[in-house]
Amino acid sequence: MRQNRFVEKSIEKLLFVAAAIATISVALITIFVFRSGLPAMSGYGFANFLFGADWSPGNGEYGILALTAGTLAVTFLALLIGIPTGVCCAVFLAEILPKRAAAVFKFAIELLAGIPSVVYGFFGLIVIVPIISEHVLPLWQRVNPDAQTTGLSILAGGFILAVMILPTIVSISENAISSVPQDYREASLAVGANKRETIVRVLIPAAKSGILASIILGMGRAIGETMAVMVLTGNVAMLPKGILDPVATLTGTIAMEMSYAGPTHQEALFGVGIVLFVIILILNLAAQAIARKMGAVGRE
Amino acid sequence: MNMNMGAAAVQTSTMPRPTGAPAASQTPAMPRQAGAAFTEAKTEAADAELVFDINKLNLHYGSFHGLKDVSIRIERNKIMALIGPSGCGKSTFLRTLNRMNDLIPYVSIDGLVCFDGKDIYGRNYDVTDLRKKVGMVFQKPNPFPKTVFDNITYGPKIHGKKNRKQLDEIVERTLKEVALWDEVKDRLHKPALGLSGGQQQRLCIARCLAVEPEVILMDEPTSALDPVATLKIEELMDGLREKYTIIIVTHNMQQAGRISNETAFFLHGEIVEIGDTETIFSTPTNKKTEEYITGRFG
Repeated sequence: MRQNRFVEKSIEKLLFVAAAIATISVALITIFVFRSGLPAMSGYGFANFLFGADWSPGNGEYGILALTAGTLAVTFLALLIGIPTGVCCAVFLAEILPKRAAAVFKFAIELLAGIPSVVYGFFGLIVIVPIISEHVLPLWQRVNPDAQTTGLSILAGGFILAVMILPTIVSISENAISSVPQDYREASLAVGANKRETIVRVLIPAAKSGILASIILGMGRAIGETMAVMVLTGNVAMLPKGILDPVATLTGTIAMEMSYAGPTHQEALFGVGIVLFVIILILNLAAQAIARKMGAVGRE
Repeated sequence: MNMNMGAAAVQTSTMPRPTGAPAASQTPAMPRQAGAAFTEAKTEAADAELVFDINKLNLHYGSFHGLKDVSIRIERNKIMALIGPSGCGKSTFLRTLNRMNDLIPYVSIDGLVCFDGKDIYGRNYDVTDLRKKVGMVFQKPNPFPKTVFDNITYGPKIHGKKNRKQLDEIVERTLKEVALWDEVKDRLHKPALGLSGGQQQRLCIARCLAVEPEVILMDEPTSALDPVATLKIEELMDGLREKYTIIIVTHNMQQAGRISNETAFFLHGEIVEIGDTETIFSTPTNKKTEEYITGRFG
């Protein structure tokens, strides 16, 4: 009996330690990043650091606006492609395809999540980048004759990122739509609505908190993605003027430059890390707030 | 004499005598076996307009024979109650009338279900049009997670009514019809899920009325409600009878007795007995019916 209680207590302690390790790691990383990055940010001036357009560590210029713009441009494009595709796919799987076929599709889409990001980058480099320079560019040149691109661009990065965030958007949205109570479907059909009207006017609105959550998680993934984007965007720290322009992203810049950075440069890169950290934190909080608010409206 | 016997039977099962049903007292008591003896009924109801004419309806769910040779004729502006123990097929039957069973895979149906003279399982029959004319109220109140206003205008908007003034009128008319207007007129643009269960169910009836149906199918509409809310819905149904035909599935024998003109007793997918409510409750011809309505099984 007594021995039993000892075992019980030990297991509790063990679980506590495991939980503590996770929490402490987050805290330590946060403290470390902020301690390493803040001096450079304040030394260069917070405003200059955040809103300076010139990132040339060789000349001691650490304005990250171009990097932030690059990250946001690529992310935005990824969402622009990924959200409609993902949500439509989720609707198709949840409402239209028979259950058995849907299971096959879902499995395939979830496999996408397991492909290493460097493979995505490589695929993009071999397939998408040439397509852009050989086929998309000539089309675009009819509109804008001066356009030039190597193919390494916002478009390439955004497109591949869109594919990478699909599993997140599809699987969470599909869950949200599937778990809309059958009552709502029946109520809609019973007043003479057809399937399309039921999906658009009842099911998607009823599942919107889940769909929104999936979008925000996808956005978090897109912003944090490093390798594929680094391979595909060209890493030119300049403010982009069009989607065929190359850009450098926050994550890509850290990964590329950390290995050879001098002390000040390194601190500035940690500053970039802080900015990323804050962006993602804000997104997560927004996601939670939205999910809570919408969930409450739906249930009340 | 028969009436008195009925009352006695009713007392043993703590069931009040059917009160309403003025139509029942006008027509001579004439219970009839399902599927048979329709010729008699025909002459009797020659001038009454038929809404549904169901002939030898059989429904299979996979290999399970859910409905067996069900034949019913339902007259306009009457309330028909379907009673029977759980799993006897009465809800399934109700859902064949607006083709709600289409949602369930492996269901196959044969026989004839005619609504306003047309076979609703015919090849070119427009299901959405059928469901517009044959509305449905479900067991559990199921308002959409939208405002009261949007719940009621959902159907009319789908069927092409966009004019705001017209929609306002529909909302007011239907809410008054279900006696909910005074309770919700100040919260039309608040979430419908904030209403009480009884209010939600009346809202669902209003949503159904908003598309101006001819028939309302009710699948145990009060089984999730408290007695006060139940009473309100029953009073409401009595008024609705003037404009609509109502077919109601109920587990509540008193309810069937109170509100319906005709009653059909289902058992194992078959209609055991059908006739006007007063007769069924006072002098059922079938032993099973008597046992069921007096509460000896089911």
